[in-house]
Parts: sequence; C-alpha cells; structure tokens
Amino acid sequence: MSPTTPAAGEKRQINVPVMADLAARNESPEILFWVGCAGAFDDRYKRVTRAFVRILEHVGTNYAVLGLEESCTGDPAKRAGNEFLFQMQAMTNITTLNGYGIKKIVTACPHCFNTIKNEYPALGGDYEVIHHSTYLQQLINEGKVGVSGGESFKGRRITFHDSCYLGRANNIYEAPRDVLAALDADLVEMKRSRANGLCCGAGGAQMWKDAEPGKKEINIERTEEALATLSGQAEALANLGGVETETSAPGPHDLQGSIIAVSCPFCMTMMSDGVKNKEQEGRVQVFDLAELIASAEGINA
Amino acid sequence: MLQSILFLLLLVAAFGLFAWQVRKIRANILVGRDRDMSGNVAERFQKTLLVAFGQQKMFKRLTPALLHLIVYVGFLVINVEVLEIVVDGLFGTHRFLKFLGPVYDGLMATNEILAALVLVAVAAFWWRRNSNPPLKRFSGPELRLWPKLDANIILYVEVVLMMALFFMNTADLKLHQMEGQDLPGTFPVSNLLVGLLPTNVATLEVLERTGWWAHIIGIFLFLNYLPSSKHFHIIMAFPGVWYSRLVPQGQFSNVESITNEVKAMMDPSFVVPPAPTAADGSALAPAPFGAKDVEDLPWTNLLAAYSCTECGRCTSVCPANLTGKLLSPRKIIMDTRDRVEEKYNSPLIFQPNVYGAEAKHEPITDLANATLLRGKVTPEELWACTTCNACVESCPVNINPLESIIEMRRFLVLEESAAPNSLNVMFSNIENNGAPWAFSPSDRFNWADELFATEKQPAAVVA
Repeated sequence: MSPTTPAAGEKRQINVPVMADLAARNESPEILFWVGCAGAFDDRYKRVTRAFVRILEHVGTNYAVLGLEESCTGDPAKRAGNEFLFQMQAMTNITTLNGYGIKKIVTACPHCFNTIKNEYPALGGDYEVIHHSTYLQQLINEGKVGVSGGESFKGRRITFHDSCYLGRANNIYEAPRDVLAALDADLVEMKRSRANGLCCGAGGAQMWKDAEPGKKEINIERTEEALATLSGQAEALANLGGVETETSAPGPHDLQGSIIAVSCPFCMTMMSDGVKNKEQEGRVQVFDLAELIASAEGINA
Repeated sequence: MLQSILFLLLLVAAFGLFAWQVRKIRANILVGRDRDMSGNVAERFQKTLLVAFGQQKMFKRLTPALLHLIVYVGFLVINVEVLEIVVDGLFGTHRFLKFLGPVYDGLMATNEILAALVLVAVAAFWWRRNSNPPLKRFSGPELRLWPKLDANIILYVEVVLMMALFFMNTADLKLHQMEGQDLPGTFPVSNLLVGLLPTNVATLEVLERTGWWAHIIGIFLFLNYLPSSKHFHIIMAFPGVWYSRLVPQGQFSNVESITNEVKAMMDPSFVVPPAPTAADGSALAPAPFGAKDVEDLPWTNLLAAYSCTECGRCTSVCPANLTGKLLSPRKIIMDTRDRVEEKYNSPLIFQPNVYGAEAKHEPITDLANATLLRGKVTPEELWACTTCNACVESCPVNINPLESIIEMRRFLVLEESAAPNSLNVMFSNIENNGAPWAFSPSDRFNWADELFATEKQPAAVVA
C-alpha cells in the first residue's frame, strides 16, 4: 500500500492483499474474496474481479484473496458426476481455508458460492458465504456506496438475467435487483425471470462441452428473450415456451445503450456470445453487477 | 339383506385387492438405497400442508390450478358422500347422514355443485389434452400409447362417476316427489334434471339403484386402477411431498464412501469405517458409485416416481427440452417407475411402455437386463442437463428429477469412465491446473497486475 493517501480524482495502484502475506504478519482479514477460476483466468470476467476489488478498496474493506493458493471449488466436476475429483478439490481447499482460520467468504461466482456454502460443510468446511450481489446490496443499503459520481445509467434500459445457482439453487432473487435499482435505470423483467428464469445453458458442466443435438443453443434462446425484452417486442415474447406466469411485455424501446446484467461468469460468457451471435454487440452490452456499480461510482481507472 | 351382503363382499374385495397392490408398490419403493429421512417433523408437516394439501406450487399457472382445485376439492368433499354410501350399503340404511339436518342440506348442495363443476373441469382437461394440437406439455415421445390412454381413462371415469351421482340423486328426488315425500338434503343440480327422467315409480327405483351401485362400484374399480395409473398421485403426492428434500436446491448429495476414500488419501492416519455387512455378518457386495438401475437410486426417488402425474411442467420449463434436446425430466421419472415395475413387482393393469423409435431408442428386447441407465435413459439425455433446477422448481409435488440425473452421471463417470471427451479434458485440467481450463496455475493471480482505481472523496484507504 502506498504510504501517502492520494487525493480525490487521482489514480491509485491497488496491491491486492494476499492471505499468505497477512498470515505471515499474523493478521486476519474480515472477509476473504474467493475469486474463482473464471474470475482469475477468463479475460472478460477478470474485469469483473477487478471492478469488485475496486469497490472493496473504495469502501475500505479489510479483505484478502488466496492468490495462487486458490483452486477450483470442484463445482464443474461435481455437476458432471465426478464426485471423486470434486471431493479432492473440496478437501484441498477446505484445508487451505481452515488453515488460515477463514470465517467469512465473498465471491462473484454463484457456482463457487453454492458449492462452498452448501456442499463444503459436509466435508468439514463451515464458513459464512455471501455472493457479491448480496454484498453490494449491503454496501448500498449501508450508504458505503453512493452509486454516484461516475457514469449515469439514468434512463438506460437494463434487464437482469437470473443465474440458476444464485436464484433457484439458493433463493437469491432480490439482492441483484436491489443493486440494479440503485442505478436509477429503466429496469425491465424478462418473462422467464426469478424462480422461472431460463438457464443461460452453461450450468452442469455444459460450459466445457458441446450441446447435445437439438434445434437451438440455449444461450441463443435466452439472448433472444433478453433482446426482445429490452426492445419491447411483445410479439416475440408472446411465443416463448416455458412461461409460467404471464406478464405484460415492456414498451418498445431503442436497443442502443441497453444492458443485460448478469451475476455469474458463465452467464456472462453465454449472454455475450448470444449478443454477438445476434450481431447486437454494438448496441447491447453485457455487464456484471460489480462493473455497473464501479462505473456508477466512478472508481474505474 | 342380500344387497348388504353383496356390498360387504365387494367392499372387502375392493380394499383387499387395493392393499395387495399397494404392498407390491411399497416393496418396489423399498428396493431403493437407504436414506435416513427422519427428523424435521415440523418442517415436513408444514411443507406437506402447503404444497400437498394447499396445492401451493400449482398456483404458478392459474388456469390449470383452478381446474385442478375443483377436481381436488370435489374429490375430498364427495368422499363424505361415499362414506355415507358405504354405511348405507352395509346396514341397508337410506341416506344415513340425514340426521345432520341443515348441515346435510349444505353438504348435498355443495356436492352437487362441485360435481357439476368437476364435469366442466374434466371437459376442459380433456380439451387441453386432446385438441389439435394439444397443450405442448401433453405431447412428447413419452406421452404416447399407454400414458396418453391412461390420462383419458381417468377423465372418462370421473365423468361416469359424476353422472352416476346425478342419476342416483335425480331418481331419488323424483321418487320422493312422486310419493309426496321430502327427500333429505338439497339438490340444486338434480332439481333441474328431474324432468328428464320417466314418471314410472318402478323404473325410477331401478334407476336410483343403478346410479347408486354404478357410483360405488365405479369407485371400487377406480381405486384398483390407481396403482397402475398416473392417477396414483392422489395418494402418493402426500408421502412424496413429506419426504421431499429440505436443503437448498443447489446442494447436491454427498457420497460418503468417496469422502472416506479421499480422507484416507489425504491423511494416512484416517481410519476408514468398516463397510456395512449383511445381517449374518457376511460382506455385502460394494454398492456402485451412482446409479445404473432403480435399486441404486435412493428410495425417495422411487417414491417420487409413484407420485408423478405426468403433467409435464418439468419438461415444459427444461432449457434443454425447450431447445430441442432429447432430455425430458418427466421421461426420466416415468422411466424410473416403468423400470422398477418391469424388474420387480408390477401392479394389475400396468404395461410398462417401451418407447419406440420416436425417442431415438434402440428397440429393447431383453427387458430383464435393460437397466434404467442405457436401457431406458440414454447418456445423451443425461448429458444435456444444465442442472438448472427449473424442473425441480416447477414440480407441484416436489419431485427432483435432477437428483436421478446426477446419480446416473456419477455411474457413467465413476464406474464406466464414459463422460464425453471434452468433460474428461475439463477433469484433467482441474486435476493438473486447479482450474477447468488449460491455464497455468502460476498465472492465477495475474488479474491483480496493474490494477488501478480512481480515488474518490471521501476515500477510505486501507493502509
């Protein structure tokens, strides 16, 4: 950390605190940021990781990351049926986490979140685990993030795509919506949302394999719904399959500047690919919640 | 007297046969793997009250929820009248419950109105299934032949039962009117129908008896049809919901035998608990990882297969199915029930349906050795699942098709090493790099390089 406090508006380099260094100094963080493999390696999601760290720094959180000591939670292995590999990963990670006495974990990946929160306890890993959507919601509610001073999202149309492992898997539907509500944007809901949300197509280890033969890719189906929602094409929305509760379509709107908000690295990949497939990447952007908040707060550099 | 004896014999035969069939089904369910489901009584009670009795999850779709509510409430309330019929039949009484007075009036009136509404609801159900094209979730390769016929038989039987009820009441009412007597009870629908019946006392007596016997014999027959039918859900939905999972939907089951192995690998001092033994102390054959056949699934999954009414809400929200993949969660549940009855006990009528070319299966000739996995559920179906839990969420009786899918994936991966090649690549990436992609583990922290933020006032900088 730089010894002098930079003035407002200045760029400051962040040295991300690593758990091993803290432990060497006999310090312990209030919260461990679990970055996840996508957050660490996927070029697109690295930007989310960086945005979230900016927020953590901005509000003065006492946090740390595992850095090179982090390893895959084992989620994709478990969903694919490789229980052995999953438990090997889980127990290795639990040994690391318990060794540092970690109590509280925040992560920007719903798959890591679900696995650590729900499946590690049976293997000896008991932690308070929160997803970054809940964490951001808390920061906004506590007034630590004002969501002002940066980019304005006023009037821009945003639709939130529910991640299965956040929503149905763990019943978190409102936190990401509350975070988006702070942006004062034009929030519209897809017909298949919340408990009835349609998967992006990447869960259950589908991210790493080709889809089985079918009529369509799942991410295209979902992207078409998102685009029709953002532009208010009632006709396209009327023909969707798997709709449980009929809701009225939002009014017509220019796609330019619209945003699909996600809260999961795999949803990010699938929705971005879908938007590119539909050749709308010049008009519609896919952002994670943390990126939107960091932009609105004006702390990007 | 003769009628009473005949009735008693029928009653005993009907319930005896039903109990015999239920015993077979109970045995089928218990071939599944042990799973301790004790405890959490308060939570299970509440869930059963809300989801099973209260039909909470049905109300995600209003139209079928209301139609179903009519038939469900009709079933519950008209059963009070069935109780009366049983007492009348056994003791030769006539409308035994009439001592209830005004309550009886209300009960009969409610019954009649519900019965009329049931006819309307059943007509709507029939239309939803049989119009051209039917509702999407009532089509699909698994809903041909027997399951399609079964659904319609249920509707036809319900019509016959309600008609018999009206016949009985109308004839009884007209008899009493012609004899200048007051029939106990209020019959708003039958009152409208009396004009349609002949004015001959002898004929009316025959009609009244015919309606009475048709109603109760119909119920006895229907009772014994249930174990062969998807309509068995009217009973099994309750234990099914009682034993539903109480943990978050994202939490997949833990395989304890693997936990022991992994612990032993990581810690040489770990003592692996002894393997379970048979009652006589001999060693049991080790259970396979995951599920190849029905007996490898937890017994709760087999119970669930019997509580399924093939409504197809699961399949209609499945992202894989919506985009034309072979996977249909409903089919996996139906396959499970078919397979357990093919391999173990089959009730009276049911003929497990061997799906034809439409489901892209090879025709199955060797039924005895055609296991659930591969014999009925193909790997192609299993690998199409995104584990999104939409099917689990949508099921009105808390069936969890996802759990069976994962159990079968476990068998494919751990026992047969039969994962798609791309997934094997992912596995070895995790093993070698600690990440599902082929990145070097030493690059894991590169995201933090050259990371800048714009300072804001009031800034809270952590020193």
